Amino acid sequence: MSETPPSAQAAEPEPRHDTAAEANAGPVVAFHNVSIAFDGPPVLQDISFSVKPWESRILLGPAGVGKSVLLKLVNGLLRPSQGSIQLFGQEISKMREADLFPLRTRIGMVFQEGALFDSLTVRDNVGYQLVGEGVPDDEIDTRVHEALRFVELDDTFALYPASLSGGMRRRVAIARALIHHPELILYDSPTGGLDPVTSTTIIELVMKGRDVYRTPSLLVTHRLQDAFTLCTHRFDEEHGCMAALPAGQTDPNTTFLMLEDGRLIFDGSIHELLRSENQFVREFLE
Amino acid sequence: MATNTIDSAAKQLVLTVQDYSLFAWQAFTNLFSKPRYLPDFLIQSDIVGVGSASIVLLSGFFTGGVLALQSAATLAQFGATAVTGQFVSITMIRELGPVLTGIMVAGRNASSMASELGSMVVTEQIDAMRALGVDPMRKLVTPRIFACITMLFFLTIVADAFGILGGAAVTVFLNHQNGTQYLSKAWESLRYPDIIQGLVKPLFSGYIIASIGCFYGMRTTGGTEGVGRATIQAVVTASVLIILVDFLLTRVLLALFPPL
Repeated sequence: MSETPPSAQAAEPEPRHDTAAEANAGPVVAFHNVSIAFDGPPVLQDISFSVKPWESRILLGPAGVGKSVLLKLVNGLLRPSQGSIQLFGQEISKMREADLFPLRTRIGMVFQEGALFDSLTVRDNVGYQLVGEGVPDDEIDTRVHEALRFVELDDTFALYPASLSGGMRRRVAIARALIHHPELILYDSPTGGLDPVTSTTIIELVMKGRDVYRTPSLLVTHRLQDAFTLCTHRFDEEHGCMAALPAGQTDPNTTFLMLEDGRLIFDGSIHELLRSENQFVREFLE
Repeated sequence: MATNTIDSAAKQLVLTVQDYSLFAWQAFTNLFSKPRYLPDFLIQSDIVGVGSASIVLLSGFFTGGVLALQSAATLAQFGATAVTGQFVSITMIRELGPVLTGIMVAGRNASSMASELGSMVVTEQIDAMRALGVDPMRKLVTPRIFACITMLFFLTIVADAFGILGGAAVTVFLNHQNGTQYLSKAWESLRYPDIIQGLVKPLFSGYIIASIGCFYGMRTTGGTEGVGRATIQAVVTASVLIILVDFLLTRVLLALFPPL
């Protein structure tokens, strides 16, 4: 895994679109001047950005800056105090909770610690949505096995989360998020607190989701090496592992956001990030 | 300074009551619309009903025994030991059966509901459930409330029956009185209003236990320490509310069905 950032002088590639329709499609998520506060000063202030259907956006920032809060605003787990949030073209900031549930089934979310249901087996965790939809048991088993093979944990099918390691839990959580073929995936610090080897495995899975399923995503992290790895590598389906892009090349659809004290201070490509003159960005990168 | 503290505490109390009212109402009305989670209702019925049967049975039996023991000495002064059965059965069925069952089940199940849901909140499992498109109110709270109401009704009948049996055991083996007389008095003195009074109360207690347990569980904050705090609050509030509502219900039911 390369931990060195790509050169700031490298040519900036154009975003890749699979179809003309995709290129013209509206954003999957759009924040307009969003602020949120909990009985005190605002946690997030005046946030505006969007996630387009082909984009993987990486949200950077130090711990406690409001990254996870922002992620929970995306699928309506939290409501903004001000501003508007559009999800799949629908305004959700004032939507009733009951109307949000169908929208949320179109999103996969990987929580910081996995948030697996500890009273259920891995099979029931991964197939949770399918069980709720009344899908026949045989089909659930098949699809759960398929999702677990994707994260290379097929042998954990009948285990309970308590018997899994931290890294395995995150991988099961990724399988749970992907089983429904979501139209957007949210990753909340998927490598937080993991050792470097396990972190690489998780980042490889995130990359696999990006390059194999081509699902737009919003990934929260404070680990620069994870962000740069996602930018400078692609998933090689033929060999089943990630491979470095040719020197100087980066993934054009992986772009960055950065938060400082609840404000969005950067929105752009990795090349723009590396060329940024913002004092906080410079300090964060160094 | 003191005024500010009282003011803040009063506001907090009013807000909590408001939140609880909305929570309890939503949990209740969820029963009348889809989706409904019958398997969760059955699992919770097993946990609350079968799981609590032994403690309810034992507490009912020994409470009935104590009633017979205590009353026999007093009744003997008036030469009225023959009405021990009447005393035990009416007290158990109208008052002690429902209240004791409510408090025993509150201690066992309001605490487990608060700690289980509280742990799910602090480990983001509730958020995960919402993110997966499942309403935790429907999936977790509503089945618990209706399981608790249903099971408390039957547990109260068990407590009443074993209370009368406990009284009979004490009457026969310790007080050396006539068992047939005890049981016939216990049976003859009962009227339908007594039974109605005794079986209306657990419906309210069941609702209080589960709704309070789930309410404090779902609003847990502050990690594992918060789970402990939520559990204590749930048991204390549920127990006090059971006794308070029992008092109010007794007033209403005595007005509706005056004693002879």
